Amino acid sequence: MRRRREGGPGVLAAVLVVAACTGSGREGETPRFGFGREPSPELLAAMDIDVRPDGKGLPEGSGTVARGREVFALHCVACHGPTGTEGPFDRLVGRDPREGFPFGEKAEYLGTRTVGNYWPYATTLFDYIRRAMPQTAPGSLGADDTYAVIAYILHLNEIVPEDAVLDARSLPDIEMPARDRFVPDDRAGGQDVR
Amino acid sequence: MIPPESDSISRRAWIGTTAGLAAGILVHHQVDAQVSDGSSSPGGPEPTSLGRLPSELGSRAPREQPRRRVYRNAHSGGSGTPLQDLHGIITPADLHFERHHGGVPDIDPDTYSLTIHGLVRRPTTFSLADLKRFPARSRICFLECSGNGNGTYRTEGVRRETTVQSADGLFSTSEWTGVPLSTLFREVGVDSGATWFLAEGADAAHLARSIPVEKAWDDAMIVYAQNGEAIRPEQGYPARLLLPGWEGNANVKWIRRIELSDAPFMTREETSKYTDPLQDGTARQFSFVMDAKSVITFPSYPYVLPEPGWWEVSGLAWSGRGRITGVEVSSDGGASWHDAELEEPVLPKCATRFRALWNWTGEPAVLMSRARDETGYVQPTLARLVEARGAGSSYHANQIRAWSVEPDGRVFFGDGK
Ligand code: HEC
Repeated sequence: MRRRREGGPGVLAAVLVVAACTGSGREGETPRFGFGREPSPELLAAMDIDVRPDGKGLPEGSGTVARGREVFALHCVACHGPTGTEGPFDRLVGRDPREGFPFGEKAEYLGTRTVGNYWPYATTLFDYIRRAMPQTAPGSLGADDTYAVIAYILHLNEIVPEDAVLDARSLPDIEMPARDRFVPDDRAGGQDVR
Repeated sequence: MIPPESDSISRRAWIGTTAGLAAGILVHHQVDAQVSDGSSSPGGPEPTSLGRLPSELGSRAPREQPRRRVYRNAHSGGSGTPLQDLHGIITPADLHFERHHGGVPDIDPDTYSLTIHGLVRRPTTFSLADLKRFPARSRICFLECSGNGNGTYRTEGVRRETTVQSADGLFSTSEWTGVPLSTLFREVGVDSGATWFLAEGADAAHLARSIPVEKAWDDAMIVYAQNGEAIRPEQGYPARLLLPGWEGNANVKWIRRIELSDAPFMTREETSKYTDPLQDGTARQFSFVMDAKSVITFPSYPYVLPEPGWWEVSGLAWSGRGRITGVEVSSDGGASWHDAELEEPVLPKCATRFRALWNWTGEPAVLMSRARDETGYVQPTLARLVEARGAGSSYHANQIRAWSVEPDGRVFFGDGK
């Protein structure tokens, strides 16, 4: 056992400290335990892979649709199909139905949601591909190839033109078709069924 | 406890039945009903040889071998808990449901760490030993995948031969032990401007979700033990996030990093997935809380009732918003409802076992259960949910479930319509 519970006069003081540190206050004067250590900048840099819609977290680099076509053919087609629609895994391409956002209406639309018709933010592609794809070797694409494959997927979805070049500045600016469709959860228990 | 009587059922149960309830209807508050023993000798022959010696690990009885149902044998897949085989409220850790997005990682507890950074005054990396050194808490609560039961969110095409495990097996209950996230947040000094945090796993997919900081001050925990032992690898060994009452996916397993932020990160699991398209052309996002729900676990397919008579209808009810305050059971497809007995403990955000005695006459019957929680919410019908959301939604399918009992005793999923 690493933790020793001392008897004698130390006990009362120790009990008080624990009570203070686990109390309901959020910050301020409560004493700390002081466990843990400061992470090194290297550790943080290696771990901090997330990307926000405002572009925070996007690395240097850039990629073209043309390069993205090659990256996709090399690293993605086996699981997402030659045009991003054939599977066997998630369908990445598809704009239909072009009008409206009817996914809640009919069960038939289950399984038809794609980057093109359902994803609200283009930055999510960078965040997700860097953390999880290609599934067999996540994180293996460099920044340039990640931008490139995103450019290609967005081009297949008719969201960016053939000559698009994506980087940390242009990616957050892309307006995704489903951008304004998302609303906060309004369920709150009680009598209402939502 | 009332002593058993010759009728095989206690006086109180009979009074309940004869006091105006037609045959085939559920009798409530009859936990003291008892089937009489009848036989004079203990069951089975006397053992003729000595039993096994003590061992370092126990084992299940050879003929009691409940199994998870693996429903997609892939790195992004999972398995469901055999709810029909379990009693009480706790799920044995090795039968807890799984859902993974990059397989089950093998993490060395000695090199494991959890880093908290972002909008904090003191970015800190905690080892597992550090986490265990903080004052610990244990709590019993459920975890449910928000996609649990989505296959039954439709009126057509649901197979009658559906078990409670395949319909609703992405639901389990454990006692979890760990450190309140609020303790860690005070330790690192969270900025007052922080409104969300990213929780990220150490699995191959680095699964990540944005969580409102409020949940940390409320009841979120970093847990390292499950039902008294270290968390199983499939459940996030050596440590995971626990968000009592909130959809399973957000309870990030193998948690390696928490980043405090002033906005959500809009990860794939909170945009492309785990959002609920509605019929008004919007999609509900960050729908974390699991609404009240109940399932009958006995009798259920493929069980066959061997004969009419007294049967205990039993199941589980839960709500992500607090305590279950009642469960009603129907044996006539929802035409009439009767209160079931809630078995203690009735804990907030936890499975509650309900039981109701039913005198089956041998006629066709449709068994249903309907839970309500402390907010006054009543588990809705499928029609009511579809009316509110649309037929294309699929997560949070907490509608009332039905089991049809046929005259030959076979039990099938659905109301038979
Ligand atoms: C070995 C198979 C495999 C390979 C190779 C692969 N993927 Fe995937 N991909 C998957 C699976 C499986 C999922 C679903 C994962 C899940 O739900 O957890 C997925 C999901 C995705 C999604 C999210 C889809 C959605 O609508 O939510 C994107 C985007 C994606 N992959 C992009 C890529 C890109 C880009 C590549 C190539 C660099 C790639 N994938 C290579 C298997 C693969």
